[in-house]
Amino acid sequence: MTSHAPLQKPITPFPGAPTPTFAPTSQKPTAQTSLRTPSNRKTIYDRNLNRTRTAELSRASFAYLFAEIVSYAQKRVTGIQDLEKRYIIPPSPIVYLLPTLNDTLRTRLSNLGHPLGLRLLPLLLHRTSPSPLSSSSPLPTRPTRIIPLLNFIARPLWTHLFGRPADAIEHSASAASDNEYMITDNEPLVNQYISVPREMSQLNCAAFVAGVVEGVCCGCGMGAGVSAHWVGGEEDGGGGGKGREGEMWPGKTVFLIRFEEGVVEREKGGGG
Amino acid sequence: MSYYFTIINTRDAPLFELEFGTSKAGGDGAARFSPEARAMNPFIVHSSLDIVDELRWGKDAMYLKRIDQFSSSHISTFLTPTSIRFMLLHLPHPPNLAPAFIPSPGSYPPFTPYTSNPLSSSTSSASSSSTFKSSTSGAGSIANNPASPQTEEAIRLFFWDVFEVWIKATMNPFQSMEKVLGSPVFKQRVLGAGRKYL
Repeated sequence: MTSHAPLQKPITPFPGAPTPTFAPTSQKPTAQTSLRTPSNRKTIYDRNLNRTRTAELSRASFAYLFAEIVSYAQKRVTGIQDLEKRYIIPPSPIVYLLPTLNDTLRTRLSNLGHPLGLRLLPLLLHRTSPSPLSSSSPLPTRPTRIIPLLNFIARPLWTHLFGRPADAIEHSASAASDNEYMITDNEPLVNQYISVPREMSQLNCAAFVAGVVEGVCCGCGMGAGVSAHWVGGEEDGGGGGKGREGEMWPGKTVFLIRFEEGVVEREKGGGG
Repeated sequence: MSYYFTIINTRDAPLFELEFGTSKAGGDGAARFSPEARAMNPFIVHSSLDIVDELRWGKDAMYLKRIDQFSSSHISTFLTPTSIRFMLLHLPHPPNLAPAFIPSPGSYPPFTPYTSNPLSSSTSSASSSSTFKSSTSGAGSIANNPASPQTEEAIRLFFWDVFEVWIKATMNPFQSMEKVLGSPVFKQRVLGAGRKYL
């Protein structure tokens, strides 16, 4: 028992110290004090979601930022290969798995775009839907079929991101690849100030945009894998027609959207 | 009416929960669920998630209206484009107990958990709505009747406000779409929307 006395002593080294004043302040760490708001007392909840005119970003700063994103992703990457996809936690209950093959630059860019697409989908639908205050206006809708979804991507989403709609939407002609859709952009803004070295020529940095598109598709519950491909036709000497197009639009990029089996089946089943 | 509002993510986990009462017709904005009802509410809401999944590909509206009923609790749903579900359980007070006239915390609206099943809801809701209609005050506010168009409209406006606040919350890059919404400002805003419309 006597050994306890010296142990207790250091706990209260200053008997007359301001412990009583300390106690009451520590007793009420309320939500008011723990919440840190900006100095003008405006939180993100006070901002208007529809203010778009002044929110446009200058192209120079975007180009600089995107170039930095690409070089950041490149620094931590081992190789570039086609069609790899890191496993992304499925936003829909329908589990989709594309196996982890390689942690590549393209994957990294795509993964950066994915959350962006998930957030843009509700935001743009909110902006485009009519004011809910008049009861006669139709109820705001969300895309439940493939075609409205692609239209949403090619028009409002593209216009929001790049200031113009996408150039084409196509459906794969062959029955074997029924689940494949293509969105074409003749001159992607993201690639405008990126020059890819010759040894990496199969890399298309629009993989970032492909990630955004993928985020939108998966957010809707229509799981899809999206990849960006050159159509320029310098490397893949496929069709001659492609080469001609390549002359006119050297940066022409196709976003190949592969929907999962279940999505196409549901589409055929009449949406039930 | 008493309300239990919850936001449920794509993997059926609740991200946000809130109980509140009506602020219309002299209500004080406090929820009056009995202890059993309070315990049952999450289960009732969870059980109607299946109905949301059935409806989500058939309708393309975000507001799915009143989708389910369990005993005297009604469930309305709003489905965001990213498949996050806003579920609102509304429990009307019995006609002779308008919210303003419940003096003691011991007297709750009756909660009859296992008597009526949702399949037979059409008859029961018809009979109950007639009794509610006779008792509603002429204040022009939401009738104490969950099936009425006014209630549907009020819930639609409530959901739209919450949708807007939810977008603002999720635009934050540090807030995952699938994680709990813990912001006190978010809670205040949802409460504010409830006070405004419900």
